[in-house]
Amino acid sequence: MAKGVLAITEQRDGKFRKVAYEVVSEGRRIADGLAGPLTVVVMGNAVDALAEEIKAFGADKLLVLDDPALADYRTDAYTNALAACLPAVDPAVVLLGATAQGKDLAARLAARLNAGLAMDCTAVKVAAGTVTCTRPMFGGKLFADVTIQGTPQVIAVRPNVMAIQRVAREAAVEKPAVQPGEVKTSVVENLMDAGGKVELTEAEVIVSGGRGTGGNFQPLEALAVALGGAVGASRSAVDEGWRKHGDQVGQTGRVVSPALYIACGISGAIQHLAGMSTSKVIVALNKDPEAPIFAKADYGIVGDIFQLLPAITAAVQKIKS
Amino acid sequence: PDTESLVQIAGDGKSIKKDDIKWVMNPYDELAVEEALRIKEAKGGSVTVVAVGPQKAQETLRTALAMGADKGVHVNDPVAEGGDALATAKILAAVVKGLPFDLIICGQRAVDEDNYQVGAAVAEFLGIPHISIVAKAEVLDGRIRCHRTVEGGTVVVEAPLPALFTTQRGLNEPRYASLPGIMKAKKKPIEVKTIAALGLDPATVGAAGRKLIIQALRLPPERKAVRMIPADTPAAAAEELVRILHTEVKLI
Ligand SMILES: Cc1cc2nc3c(=O)[nH]c(=O)nc-3n(C[C@H](O)[C@H](O)[C@H](O)COP(=O)(O)OP(=O)(O)OC[C@H]3O[C@@H](n4cnc5c(N)ncnc54)[C@H](O)[C@@H]3O)c2cc1C
Ligand SMILES: Nc1ncnc2c1ncn2[C@@H]1O[C@H](COP(=O)(O)O)[C@@H](O)[C@H]1O
Repeated sequence: MAKGVLAITEQRDGKFRKVAYEVVSEGRRIADGLAGPLTVVVMGNAVDALAEEIKAFGADKLLVLDDPALADYRTDAYTNALAACLPAVDPAVVLLGATAQGKDLAARLAARLNAGLAMDCTAVKVAAGTVTCTRPMFGGKLFADVTIQGTPQVIAVRPNVMAIQRVAREAAVEKPAVQPGEVKTSVVENLMDAGGKVELTEAEVIVSGGRGTGGNFQPLEALAVALGGAVGASRSAVDEGWRKHGDQVGQTGRVVSPALYIACGISGAIQHLAGMSTSKVIVALNKDPEAPIFAKADYGIVGDIFQLLPAITAAVQKIKS
Repeated sequence: PDTESLVQIAGDGKSIKKDDIKWVMNPYDELAVEEALRIKEAKGGSVTVVAVGPQKAQETLRTALAMGADKGVHVNDPVAEGGDALATAKILAAVVKGLPFDLIICGQRAVDEDNYQVGAAVAEFLGIPHISIVAKAEVLDGRIRCHRTVEGGTVVVEAPLPALFTTQRGLNEPRYASLPGIMKAKKKPIEVKTIAALGLDPATVGAAGRKLIIQALRLPPERKAVRMIPADTPAAAAEELVRILHTEVKLI
């Protein structure tokens, strides 16, 4: 009978993405709830060091799928390799992060297994052997509590939501022969943004700008640097060509969940809220006291962002020094 | 539902009230239709649009036909209703199996349940490769090259045709249906299909085939009322905000 949890980690260029720690930590909690083992999968090329590192987060068993065919993420190679080892593990739950890669893999793998999938979950609870997931729907206007029939239950959790927890445990390491199968897709090129920046969906702090910036994001960048965060944007700011599409937060952009979201010159349209309403603390800076964003914020200041932002940056720097 | 719609929970606590909602084409599907039309304009061929849904879904198909698609297929069957992404993908795959095709384009997600799943599942059921979240697509000789948006950048991926990809904003600016387009669309064919005609087992589709079971819908947890920080001077407001974030919320 299906038992325990299989947690699939995500790495890029030999480093785990933050979501990997979240998935393994949440996987440990679910496995404990189900009184079953946690198997953690590390996939890639030459990933032994990663396998070693993830041991500190509570795996009972590590499955290391190490093969040149897995160097780049390719849906077919990853799906085939995972599907080949699943029967031996026979997990009750397959857990991934709902990133670009994780969502893609979860969808294809679930279809391969004819398994139910709960995408982009913000909470997972186990009671009396039943796993219940919470997922925002309709752009976060409603939350659904869902269960999945049959096994495995495939669950993808929203990045930046699940608590990371270290759990000391001895993990057995297995390195099965990788079976990437027939691979039709190929990666031609990786066009990554210049390094050194915090990535939007992993950021603890996001300073986001809208039409009210008038295209001048410099004061937002400065505050983001002071807070160690990232800069996001409303669709208007993207449509104006001030920011790239990848920065757009909202229903037709990225869904983010930082600890702190600072909305600067953003009115608070429903489609924007869809992308940031699960942020833990929301601060709104807007010159219009009637702006709808204030109704969704925890803290608000009515004022001109070009006066407020430099002052906030200075105050942050003062505290940090 | 239109993204502006108020979405309310129905009496059963598990579904939404459908009466007052304005239904529109999913914004990611507008990108899909537009991209299909552009590829047709550049390379020839024809564009077929497919929808699974009740009678109302026909309006969406008509919109796509008015934009320039050639024909529609509408799976309109009470048995198909209430399905999850997997069940819907099974139906779509069955429809496509009966059609000649080189390329399938889906939205990356539908702005209802936000499943991000149907495209990949259709490709899996058809045994063809898929590439998701695509902001730029080029049809080359027998292949498709896609710019796939990932966190922190773009990955360029290729797959041989037939293939499927899912859309991301930035792909194109969808056209509006013109008046002549709307007139022409009225005469374009929409083929209506049932689950039985597609040869599908009714137990595997629609509400009966659901594996993702909605136990309850609820409103998101309410935030406390906003605390407005007085802005007598920008500096004073900034100091106070940072003090709160530092000492009360312990974020900075
Ligand atoms: C199908 C669909 C999908 C959409 N998807 C998205 C999405 O994913 N993300 C998204 O963001 N939007 C999305 N939108 C658009 C959305 O409806 C809004 O149009 C958009 O979010 C508005 O952006 P904004 O708040 O920057 O601009 P505006 O609404 O124009 O607001 C600008 C704000 O800045 C304030 N302001 C101006 N100057 C200053 C200043 N100097 N100091 C302080 N405040 C100032 C103004 O008071 C105003 O509140 C979508 C719309 C549709 C129909
Ligand atoms: N009922 C349906 N009829 C036709 N296409 C659908 C249907 N449901 C989903 N799709 C397609 O699948 C995409 C992703 O939907 P989802 O996985 O449900 O978020 C949509 O953008 C559509 O392209």
